[in-house]
Amino acid sequence: MIMQQKNIAIIGGGPAGIEAAASLAGLGHHVWLIEKESELGGHLRLMYNLFPDKRPADEVLQEMLSHVKNPNIEILTNTQVADCKQIDNRFALKTDSGQTIDADAVLMATGYRLFDAVRKEEYGYGIYPGVINSFELEAMLKNNALKNVKGEVPRRVILLHCIGSRDEKVGNHYCSKVCCVTAVKQAIEIKRRHPETEVFCFYMDIRMFGPYYEELYREAQEKWKVTFVRGKISEAAANLDGEIQIKAEDTLIGKPLHMRTDLLVLMCGMEADTDEPVARALGIERGANRFFRSADNYTRYNSTNLPGVFTAGACTAPMNIIDTIANARAAAISIHEYLGGRN
Amino acid sequence: MNPTPFDIFVLPFTVGMSLLFAYLILKYASWIWYFDRDDKLRILRGLFSLKSLKAVKEIFLESLVHRKMFLVNRRLGYMHFSLAFGWFLLIVIGAFEAHIYMGGAAPFYFPIFFVYFVPDDESFFFARGFVQLMDASLLLVLLGVVVAIIKRFYKRIVGMRSTTNLRLRDKMVLYSLWLIFPLRLFAESATCGLHGSGGFLTGTVGSLMAATLPLEAIEYPLWWAYSIDLCLFFIGLPFSRYMHIPTEMVLIFFRNWGIKLKPDNPILEEVMVLSCPRCGVCIDRCQLNTAVGNHDTQAVYFLQRIRNHEQHSAQAKNCLMCGRCESVCPVGIDLNAIRLRHRQNFTPETFVPQYNNADAQKVDVVFFTGCMGHLVPKTKDAMVKILNASGDRYWFMDADGGICCGRPMKLAGQTAAAQKLMDKNRQSIIESGARTLVTSCPICYKVFREDYNLEGIEILHHTEYIKRLIDSGKIKVDKKNLAVAYHDPCELGRGAGIYEPPRDVLGSVATLQTTANERKNSLCCGGSLANLTLPSADKARIAEQAMCSLTANHPDVVATACPLCKKTLARTQMAPVEDVAELVAEAMKE
Amino acid sequence: MWGFKIAKSQSINYDRNDKEIMRTVLENEPSLRVCMACGACTATCSAGNLLPTFNIRRLNTLLQRGEYTQLRNELNNCMLCGKCTLVCPRGVNIRNIVLNTREALMKYESDTI
Repeated sequence: MIMQQKNIAIIGGGPAGIEAAASLAGLGHHVWLIEKESELGGHLRLMYNLFPDKRPADEVLQEMLSHVKNPNIEILTNTQVADCKQIDNRFALKTDSGQTIDADAVLMATGYRLFDAVRKEEYGYGIYPGVINSFELEAMLKNNALKNVKGEVPRRVILLHCIGSRDEKVGNHYCSKVCCVTAVKQAIEIKRRHPETEVFCFYMDIRMFGPYYEELYREAQEKWKVTFVRGKISEAAANLDGEIQIKAEDTLIGKPLHMRTDLLVLMCGMEADTDEPVARALGIERGANRFFRSADNYTRYNSTNLPGVFTAGACTAPMNIIDTIANARAAAISIHEYLGGRN
Repeated sequence: MNPTPFDIFVLPFTVGMSLLFAYLILKYASWIWYFDRDDKLRILRGLFSLKSLKAVKEIFLESLVHRKMFLVNRRLGYMHFSLAFGWFLLIVIGAFEAHIYMGGAAPFYFPIFFVYFVPDDESFFFARGFVQLMDASLLLVLLGVVVAIIKRFYKRIVGMRSTTNLRLRDKMVLYSLWLIFPLRLFAESATCGLHGSGGFLTGTVGSLMAATLPLEAIEYPLWWAYSIDLCLFFIGLPFSRYMHIPTEMVLIFFRNWGIKLKPDNPILEEVMVLSCPRCGVCIDRCQLNTAVGNHDTQAVYFLQRIRNHEQHSAQAKNCLMCGRCESVCPVGIDLNAIRLRHRQNFTPETFVPQYNNADAQKVDVVFFTGCMGHLVPKTKDAMVKILNASGDRYWFMDADGGICCGRPMKLAGQTAAAQKLMDKNRQSIIESGARTLVTSCPICYKVFREDYNLEGIEILHHTEYIKRLIDSGKIKVDKKNLAVAYHDPCELGRGAGIYEPPRDVLGSVATLQTTANERKNSLCCGGSLANLTLPSADKARIAEQAMCSLTANHPDVVATACPLCKKTLARTQMAPVEDVAELVAEAMKE
Repeated sequence: MWGFKIAKSQSINYDRNDKEIMRTVLENEPSLRVCMACGACTATCSAGNLLPTFNIRRLNTLLQRGEYTQLRNELNNCMLCGKCTLVCPRGVNIRNIVLNTREALMKYESDTI
């Protein structure tokens, strides 16, 4: 039996949206891929290379984008959903450009918001130019412009883990999962280009959850001579030269540790985008961590409290690219089943 | 001269009243006895001075009219006013009536039972007038009793969300108090009904009673009941909350004579504890009640536990010391000081500070940011920018960290240890030769002002200092198009009385909004160092409550003047939070 | 006799250690249980920055193992400024732990003397 073509609206054109669009189109569905920015790719566009293989991010993105060149996929960039209503089991979406979309299912692939480090004032982000966040470091690496405030190659860089993650003072009890391995990846990248630069990672726990991550950690220590210090920095201040003075405890020794650095990089965690308008309009439930709540964490991960509304990727929990791609494909299958693809 | 009237039913009242008087005289004497020499001298000097007259005036205004309570809660104020003032009128007018009738001396039970002994004699001076005045006073009291009874069962009628909980003993005395005035009404009315006399109240009720009841049979038992009820109330009074009536008056005298609560003398605290009328005004003011749902630690309950010798160390520690209750307490009890007294001696005082401040620099102005200041670098940098622009020679005393001001230790009840920290800081400040000490932290500010003894050195909060710099033209600022709501830090506002300088400064750099809770009524941010036990999540609830009020008019920025308030309020993410100094630094002309 | 003597074991003998003070403090301030030993408290500590031998995170860990000797000697260095509590990412009320530990130590000592 040939199934009637169904229409699916995907909100968000990052890795999750791109991958789900490709999968659903491959299954014969018609997809609207709605992205608020001018280009697809989401946060992936901002990355230089990806752990654990250090494959260039652009290359991964281009490969993924080649899968959405499909007549069944209508890509709407620079587009935001202004209004969204559920009428029986159909969804009526209206974009800010006035286009109306009639969908049988909605896939939320809205990703995450980077934690705003200004909220941890004690680290001086937004106050001292020597304090940057992990995406700003990534941009430096991407543009081959790793510089301290004086425009020189930094003699020392400190990467501080867990900014906005595992921190009840900012209301985030959860671990953002990817920051540890991102720090290791970035530390290696700095050392690869500037072997003379000292690189330190200040961590609370090193969480290497994926395949070849632990090996990457070992490589950072062994091959690239990155130093790992177990202790959370409590505060930072700039001196007249723009150098950053940090205070931490070396918890493995049990002594306060003071150190100067050219750059302090804050490994910012992921937060749910609680202002997302479609989720608000439809009333998609969120969990205690404010990410979308799954109908069931084991068997219905991509389903929400609303039939016909699905989720994929980092809007459900902090997630890396690899897992996001797998998760998006799983969401595509879930939608396909919901639309009658498997009886 | 009339013959001295007597009937055996006056005995219960007479016995009860005599016992109460004896008890009170002993109690007052023992308090004075246990005061130290200085306080005894203060009493001697104050007794025949204007201070005593001021006390009498205060007693009239507060104990009788309940002026302050009216200001906080009109209906509750009315209830206390009509009970206290009405009863006072009954006593005073009754005494005049009885003494005029007797032409001089009358036994002290006589005015109380005057209507029984003199039911229809209108021959003496102003007799008809007295009858009507006495009825009017009785009516005033009875209306108060009605409100009190309704309040007990429907507390919202007096505009209270919570009222005090009572023990059995208090209940017995409470009921005997409620009964006094209805019994008096019915006893007097019965007599008036029998004699066809009485005023607008007792006369009317009397004729109604005469028409429906066998008055001859019930008149005498009613007077007995009235006398016995008075006796029960007087005997129960010292063991109930109504001890506040004879104690509050004494407290007002003591206070006017200049006696202060001291850590080492428990007497004034006892007087204060007994003075608490348990009106419960403090309960709805307390954010641990309204934001956290605690119904056990408010001042009225804490004092009740002290009074009843119940365990109260948890309550002593669980208090923000924001001063919201103290600022409205109708009796003016030093609630924070009492709380602090009960934090003493939790820990040994064997502390020897093994650290020193950086070497003092010779300057005009010492700047002390305080411990928490290091966690708000934006404020700290703003102050450095302002100080650099001021033209003053300054020393940033704790630029690389320094010794704590000592107030957090004091708040934890460790007075002697705190003193050692203060001595170290004091020495550094004096060595600098500075004439001005500026601090960013209201906690430090309060302790510098109150406990440091820095003669010849002016102590300024940074908002006061900045105001001077702007006023004298040392720094120039642009007024920005920015709507700001100001949060009064507890220690700076209620704690130190600094309400206007931060507002003046904000007025010159932004547009200041008014908020629902400001100045004396400002809400606590919850971050208070004074609360030793409050969990982090509860602090966040209090912060949200404060921010709800501050952001009601959608300001661009919530401004404050305390690093701890800033961090605590910013945590809510409900609006950007900045220190007054930051807004000034941003508005400064280069 | 042999020219050397057997040194007293330096390990923590958890089974032999008295856990009474630890229990009392954890009961009064259960937030200590969620400490993940990140060291932010020690890093920010006003006293610890002037006196680097004073390590509040370490003292709190020792408390949880029933090792009180160092606590007794060092806990008094705390100025109770509350900075540690303000930075703690787990919301541990460290200041109240110090107060409770001092109180428990004092009580324990007056009971045993």
